[in-house]
Amino acid sequence: MGKVNIEIDGKKLVADVGSMIIEVADDADIYIPRFCYHKKLSVAANCRMCMVDVSNLPKAVPACATPVADGMVIQTQTPKAVDAQKSVMEFLLINHPLDCPVCDQGGECELQDLSVGYGEDVSRYVEGKRVVKDKDLGPLISTDMTRCIHCTRCVRFGQEIVGIREMGATGRGEHVEIGTYIESTMDSEVSANIIDLCPVGALTAKPSRYKARAWELRESPSIAAHDCLGSNVNVHHRRGEIIRVVPRENEAINEVWLSDRDRFSYQALTDGKRLLQPKIKKNGQWESCDWQTALNFAMTEMKRIIGASNGDNFGAIIGNNSTTEESYLAQKILRGLGCNNIDFRTRRRDFSADDKGNVRSGLNFPLQDLEHMDATLLVAGDLRHEQPLATLRVRKSTGFGKAMAINPFDGEYNFRLSHEIQPEPHLLANEFACVLSAVAAKKDDAISAEIKEWLSGVEHNKVHSEMADELIAGEQTCILLGVYAQEHPQAETINWLGEQVAKLTDSKWGYMTQGCNAAGNKLAGAVPNQSEVGGRATLGKNAKQMLNEGLKGYLIHNCEPDVESLWSEQALENFNNAECVIALTSYDDGRMLDYANVMLPIAGNFETSGTFINIEGIWQSFAAAVAAPGDVRPAWKILRVLGNLFELNGFDYESSIQIRDELREKYEVSGDKKVSRKMPEVLCSSEKFEAPRESLGLYRVDPMVRRAEALQKTPKASTHPISISRVKT
Amino acid sequence: MTDLNYDKSLHLKELIPQSAIDEIEQWILKYPAERKRPPIMPALKVVQEHNGNYLTTEMMQAVAEYLDVPHVAVYEVATFYTMFNLNEMGKHVLSVCTNLSCSLRGSDKVVEHLQNRLNIKLGETTKDGVFTIKEVECMAACGGAPMLEVDKVYHENLTEEKIDKILSDIAAQHMPAKEEDNNGK
Repeated sequence: MGKVNIEIDGKKLVADVGSMIIEVADDADIYIPRFCYHKKLSVAANCRMCMVDVSNLPKAVPACATPVADGMVIQTQTPKAVDAQKSVMEFLLINHPLDCPVCDQGGECELQDLSVGYGEDVSRYVEGKRVVKDKDLGPLISTDMTRCIHCTRCVRFGQEIVGIREMGATGRGEHVEIGTYIESTMDSEVSANIIDLCPVGALTAKPSRYKARAWELRESPSIAAHDCLGSNVNVHHRRGEIIRVVPRENEAINEVWLSDRDRFSYQALTDGKRLLQPKIKKNGQWESCDWQTALNFAMTEMKRIIGASNGDNFGAIIGNNSTTEESYLAQKILRGLGCNNIDFRTRRRDFSADDKGNVRSGLNFPLQDLEHMDATLLVAGDLRHEQPLATLRVRKSTGFGKAMAINPFDGEYNFRLSHEIQPEPHLLANEFACVLSAVAAKKDDAISAEIKEWLSGVEHNKVHSEMADELIAGEQTCILLGVYAQEHPQAETINWLGEQVAKLTDSKWGYMTQGCNAAGNKLAGAVPNQSEVGGRATLGKNAKQMLNEGLKGYLIHNCEPDVESLWSEQALENFNNAECVIALTSYDDGRMLDYANVMLPIAGNFETSGTFINIEGIWQSFAAAVAAPGDVRPAWKILRVLGNLFELNGFDYESSIQIRDELREKYEVSGDKKVSRKMPEVLCSSEKFEAPRESLGLYRVDPMVRRAEALQKTPKASTHPISISRVKT
Repeated sequence: MTDLNYDKSLHLKELIPQSAIDEIEQWILKYPAERKRPPIMPALKVVQEHNGNYLTTEMMQAVAEYLDVPHVAVYEVATFYTMFNLNEMGKHVLSVCTNLSCSLRGSDKVVEHLQNRLNIKLGETTKDGVFTIKEVECMAACGGAPMLEVDKVYHENLTEEKIDKILSDIAAQHMPAKEEDNNGK
């Protein structure tokens, strides 16, 4: 790309040919006022606020829509530029209501800020102002459309980023309105980003409406906990109460966006029924007690059951969203007591690779690369509902590349698929094997005799062959296995196929995981087959065995296996029949009240410090944004005390950072142990299984999301209804 | 929306006759194949003609699906152009321009006179279903401002007398043939 020399406000700059003045100015930290321009959206040039003075041009020009040219001299502060900006501001304010004192955006409003700089004190207009009826966009976004200045950022977001255009500008001239025209709620899983995009108070967050003023809020960086990307967020809180969660820019992970799930889940903490004190069930009645009593009770029971059965009859189920530190301590306690029954994979059927060494969970390439793929093959991935922001990247790649899918369900995509295969669920691996067979036919010399033998009898058709062509022809290609693939009875076969197809077609490959910290939990050793950083451990019982076999005692940490696991019914029955269920939970509701014997209140996400390791293997540590309410304690502290009560060694941590550093040191010594997958035994279809669509659903993934009120009111939540209420009363 | 097997053209085919579908197909051919939005306008025009001079939301959605564009893209076009009617219209739509030139030349008086004569407000239809007064944007006849259009005929340099004449001419068409009209509806 060629370069040109330009000058903005006397600063000599070098810019890429074709870039717009405003981009160059932004990079050089020269501020140009704007409303409609946004770096992630196309240029609309309809607010005209960014007028600048370019030498040799008779009139001021919009900086967002004027490409730079060699020798251009640009002034942003000359009378010509400022006059133009002031005039635009006057026009914008003709119809904008003067309701800043009651507007949620007040204090963080781009229009308010700029009107201080460019607006007049007194309006010259005495005519009545335009009034626009508010639109009902659902439970997440509240609207005051009279405030809208028609920048169309929300419209462009839908059209360009999400690919589902729900908002539009209807009417003409004075009568233009931004909205959906017919009453309809926003249906996308990233809809609330338009709240951030809106430069005025037309679109604001409904759950946090009228709760606080922008200047009262304190901001703490944190990590979102509901998908494996680990989106970066800022938690805004006031006097210890979380008011809202907004995205924190991280180009490599979430860009500037945030999924609705990550944005509004905090409601479970602020409005959910929280467990504020430890409780012990006595004669069927819950009684509050102090920590000492509760922890002693838990310790005695654990000792009794583990001691009586050589560790065989006790098991720990760790939630998907537990921090790495929590998982590490939990397994350290259990293994210290001689029990290896610990697992977080409550939605996995295939454990056949458990005895074959450690393979890191996740992607083997940077997430960011998803948007540069010439061809992407999705296998059993419901990206939109599982990793909403990853789908935005795949969508970007479909601007020039191809996306293909082998999904055993009616996937909802916001991009066009060039090829789609919809096998029956039990034939997923077979269908994927056909692609390998097609690849093998084209790359005959690169394929080993063993694989040829394995593939004998697998016939590929034209679609498989075309998929293979796309993967081979593209310069950058990838195979992405979805969460559903890991739930499949032949998950390891599918993983192996992914690896093989990737190798032969020179593609990248990786798989998505349930929850936000699967990689961290695995690395911390919360799996029955290995201790921390892939260390050797006696093979314990996995989640499937623990939930189905009926143990005498369970420790449930930050999860509800009776709701979210694949064996929810069996889990419920076995929990009810167990002698003791120790529940570490943030909430005082649900069926847990029936089956648990002791409940220990743990701090929720944003209330505890910790580390999540995302799908790419990035360690993201965070501090607590707010203190937990009541007697609630961060889980790592509870587990530390529990470890000490058991008189185990090495539980003298003073902060979660020490725990992380200990694990990190071990990890740096051991490194990323990557054992290549072994070829699965003969390919046969797994047994036909009943429910073809077993994904948990967008707003059902974890206890926190299930209790976030606003999310539960969205249409997306009702498409996958689930009851968390108690069966017995 | 994403079901690739679902035939999105079905809905519109149910709503309008095949001849109209053929007409829309002719229009689609006039634009580059990869551009989906240009045929929105002619398609809406065809549909409106087949539906007694107005469009329903269902029809706009059907057009959107037929052309494979988002619903809201069609609403945008239909609400932008005053030639598209979104409510049931009278037999004769008096489209009064109130844009700049006409406004300077007294279009507000034209509107007022029409409202008084017909005893309805802008955008309303007389009880007998004969007249609708509609405010429209510039119809490119500024030289003869103020103007109105009715039944595809421009009437320029309007005065109260001229307006009265237009109204009585139309009323005269309807007086003797009232029964026929009812049948025609």
